[in-house]
Amino acid sequence: MLSRRIIACLDTRDGEVVKGVNFAGLRSAGRPADLAARYNADGIDELVLLDVTATLENRGALLATVRDVARQLFIPLTVGGGIRSMDDAKAIVDAGADKVSINSAALRDPSLITRLAQLYGSQAVIVAIDARRAADGYEVLSRSGTALETRRALDWAREAAARGAGEILLTSIDRDGTRAGFDCELTAAVSGSVRIPVIASGGAGTPEHFAEVFTAGRADAALAASVFHFSEHAVRDLKQFLAAQGVPMRLAW
Amino acid sequence: MTVALVDYRAGNLTSVAKGLSAAGATVRVAQTPADLGDAGAIVIPGVGHFSATAALDDDWRRAILQAIDEGRPLLGICLGLQWLFEGSDEMADQPGLGVFAGRCFELQGDVKVPRVGWNTLARTALRSRLLDGVPADASAYFTHSFAAPLAPETSATTTHGMEFTSVVERGRVAGVQFHPEKSGTAGLRLLANFLTFARGA
Repeated sequence: MLSRRIIACLDTRDGEVVKGVNFAGLRSAGRPADLAARYNADGIDELVLLDVTATLENRGALLATVRDVARQLFIPLTVGGGIRSMDDAKAIVDAGADKVSINSAALRDPSLITRLAQLYGSQAVIVAIDARRAADGYEVLSRSGTALETRRALDWAREAAARGAGEILLTSIDRDGTRAGFDCELTAAVSGSVRIPVIASGGAGTPEHFAEVFTAGRADAALAASVFHFSEHAVRDLKQFLAAQGVPMRLAW
Repeated sequence: MTVALVDYRAGNLTSVAKGLSAAGATVRVAQTPADLGDAGAIVIPGVGHFSATAALDDDWRRAILQAIDEGRPLLGICLGLQWLFEGSDEMADQPGLGVFAGRCFELQGDVKVPRVGWNTLARTALRSRLLDGVPADASAYFTHSFAAPLAPETSATTTHGMEFTSVVERGRVAGVQFHPEKSGTAGLRLLANFLTFARGA
């Protein structure tokens, strides 16, 4: 059986790992390459390197950081943040990323999804959706959660899949950084709307939260950042807990 | 050991080249059949739609079949494995190389497609040189929507809706459905095993 994936996100700024609460109040948590190596040794299934401020400050993701992380990793590496064009994506891929994650740029020009999928294959294209609960469903925000879009989360996920996205990275803005648990309703709604895998993000705090998002939330993968940063064997312990709960996990590496 | 990495514009080669280098190979990217030169082994990577293998035209097919006849080791990865079979339902008119019997099929059932993630490998009765020393409970990283059927030369299978070939090997020709270059320690061991038998050990 296919294992559910545990993905560590390294939110980076200026070559340092940071993690914010509701995208604000950033604090440092170390060098990306050091953390990546530690997670790899601890059994992480994938890594996401997200240049959190790239869109706002209008600069590209840090290619040196991508190369630095990719050099020592032989597990899938996704890079997102500030990818606005085919050229941006090419630089990221050439630096060693296996997948690119696009968000604001895909909302502005959805044809970018198709063009990237045609060049690199759908498996290399992740569309990241930052969603928030509204009175009548789930709204979508762009530009690191600062701009409200007209699209709705479920419609946008379906459109992204139809345009060639290989996976959806779904972040609950309401839960991001709160450690209050994933938004399982949002995740289940999106997962049930598309045939492609959905990565749940935002709100991880306890092992039970992961178990919930893999069952009630119907997530194919779960992503977190800060819960992995501050303890030695957080990934291994989490995977063993989930396996004991009956969630299929990769336990040997 | 110089490995020719066949570049037919089906995705990015950076990770495969990095994995082969880490396993001890000197990698040469081959953009034309002539680039195969005297490389000691050939790797055909590839991601995406089966139609991409149309770029492996008659010249490529002749050169690769000749290399196989000469006993040069060859490894197909993902779409590269699928191309070693007779064809794929993904692109009915596009023939594969036909080194292994059977047609590739779309993964069916209540599964997410593309099928992305880690899976263990179920060994068949066949002795696997590629999986030598890879722990029985190790997982490999897959990302695909189509898969190859079981062949007499299938040395490991994976089941997802249907059982499919995850490793196939006959003599010096082999294929893996997963991405060894992205499968951590187990994947690097597999690539090292390929180089070992490519060296004739």
